[in-house]
Amino acid sequence: MKYVDQTLVHKRMNSRVLKNNILKQVFLIATLFGLAVLAILIFRVVTQGIAWIDWNFLTGKLSTFPEKAGIMGAILGTSYLMLIVIPVTLIIGVGTAIYMELYAKKGKLQSFIATNISNLAGVPSIVYGLLGLTIFVRVMDFGNVVLAGGLTLSLLVLPIVIVAAQEAIRAVPGHLSEASYGMGATKWQTVKKIILPAALPGIITGAILAVSRAIGETAPLTVLGIPAFLLPFPEGIFDTFTALPMQIYYWTLDASLVDEYAYLAAATIIVLLVLLFILNAIAVIIRNKFQQRY
Amino acid sequence: MTTLTEDKHAYSGSTNNRVVYDTKDLNLWYGQTHALKDINLSIYEKEVTAIIGPSGCGKSTFIKTLNRMVELVPTVSTSGTITYNDKSILDKTFKVEDLRTQVGMVFQKPNPFPKSIYDNITYGPKIHGIRSKKVLDEIVERSLRGASIWDEVKDRLKENAYGLSGGQQQRLCIARCLAIEPEVILMDEPTSALDPKSTLRIEELVQELKKEYSIIIVTHNMQQAARISDKTAFFLNGEVVEYDKTDTIFTTPSDNRTEDYISGRFG
Repeated sequence: MKYVDQTLVHKRMNSRVLKNNILKQVFLIATLFGLAVLAILIFRVVTQGIAWIDWNFLTGKLSTFPEKAGIMGAILGTSYLMLIVIPVTLIIGVGTAIYMELYAKKGKLQSFIATNISNLAGVPSIVYGLLGLTIFVRVMDFGNVVLAGGLTLSLLVLPIVIVAAQEAIRAVPGHLSEASYGMGATKWQTVKKIILPAALPGIITGAILAVSRAIGETAPLTVLGIPAFLLPFPEGIFDTFTALPMQIYYWTLDASLVDEYAYLAAATIIVLLVLLFILNAIAVIIRNKFQQRY
Repeated sequence: MTTLTEDKHAYSGSTNNRVVYDTKDLNLWYGQTHALKDINLSIYEKEVTAIIGPSGCGKSTFIKTLNRMVELVPTVSTSGTITYNDKSILDKTFKVEDLRTQVGMVFQKPNPFPKSIYDNITYGPKIHGIRSKKVLDEIVERSLRGASIWDEVKDRLKENAYGLSGGQQQRLCIARCLAIEPEVILMDEPTSALDPKSTLRIEELVQELKKEYSIIIVTHNMQQAARISDKTAFFLNGEVVEYDKTDTIFTTPSDNRTEDYISGRFG
């Protein structure tokens, strides 16, 4: 006897196909929802802010008069922050990933550390702000300067860099390092000449994504007491500074006092978004350019 | 051709050649799994020694123990001794980097680096501190000639090694191994990923190489062992069942299990 009854299969066929088509639409709508939100966001920000972006806005000093206000100080502040975040996270993050993947003995301790690093990636950023306030601003007594802000943001994105670098290192095929060890190379020679070059695209991509997250962070900076209204430009890592997201935050808060501040905030958001898109584009280019096949 | 004395003792197989590797009661465990059991083998200079046996019999483990590559598996533990040129290489004080400079390895799957042909060959010499461009150039030519691939690649040394065919890649890997001027070459099923024509070229190459190198080759292919080796060791369940001249193993094996295996009754 046959187990598959053709008449029964036929009867159920229509509902099966219908279900398939409905679900396809559901998934499409889910995708469109995200896209729509992004489109509305960009549309609103651009229509409000684009008219306010001019040379003076990009290069000028802050002012209480909306027409005269410029964000050069915030742009410089954000740039200085990156000068700290990029090297600190790359050195510590890649170092940690190399140790975890290549040197640490696989065991309970190693997996305990790995789990905690992943968990750290999920800790709210304001908690890192409190940590930075305690350690860098108070205990180490840097004050609310670029160095303190940069180190705090480094701590915040470090787990992302570590996890990305670990995955990139793990993706390097084992037969490459075997070939290197087989010729009498030490572990460090193998790491330097074989594993890191092969993992580099993944590491750089992870680092850039982490940096673009750091650029947009506001909460930790507010906790550190970073001022929003600051006339002098920062000239080094020991200067007080403000950053783009801080500027957006305070202009939005004060929009009830001066209506035009809302437009200034929108204009600053555009600058920040452009910066983020550029960083993401660099990540994509690096990944495509250096990607190797094995 | 080496002259062999008539010694029927299964585990010694004495010859006029010097012993390069000598294992005494070698045991190896992966965690709880006993992978090698009381291996006593003497491997001779400038011969081809073939290791045959069914899958999982420990033949790859054995060859990887000879250059301690097996230690890349963290759970490995060993007992007994391996003597290489009168040095006990399982001592933790013995530097594996030193051992692997004298004992090269060719792997199952061709594994060139994602670099140029030239850089693949110079990788080994460079890690051992050779910097002179002139010396490196000479090493590249000599190694590629030694692996009989020079004529095919001499005009494209700067091209990526992944542009080569599988068989060429494997000969490149052999050349890369020759570049560190080893004494012994370990080959772990070097032709299992290759087509018959490329396999034949590797086999011819092995015959050439044994004039200057001692070669230990793991193979699944019994015809290959019969064609190219001087001595053959038959592994089964982590033990050496029989070790003798290849002719003897393939014509008059002394153990029934060897006979069953080489006549294709199992494995």
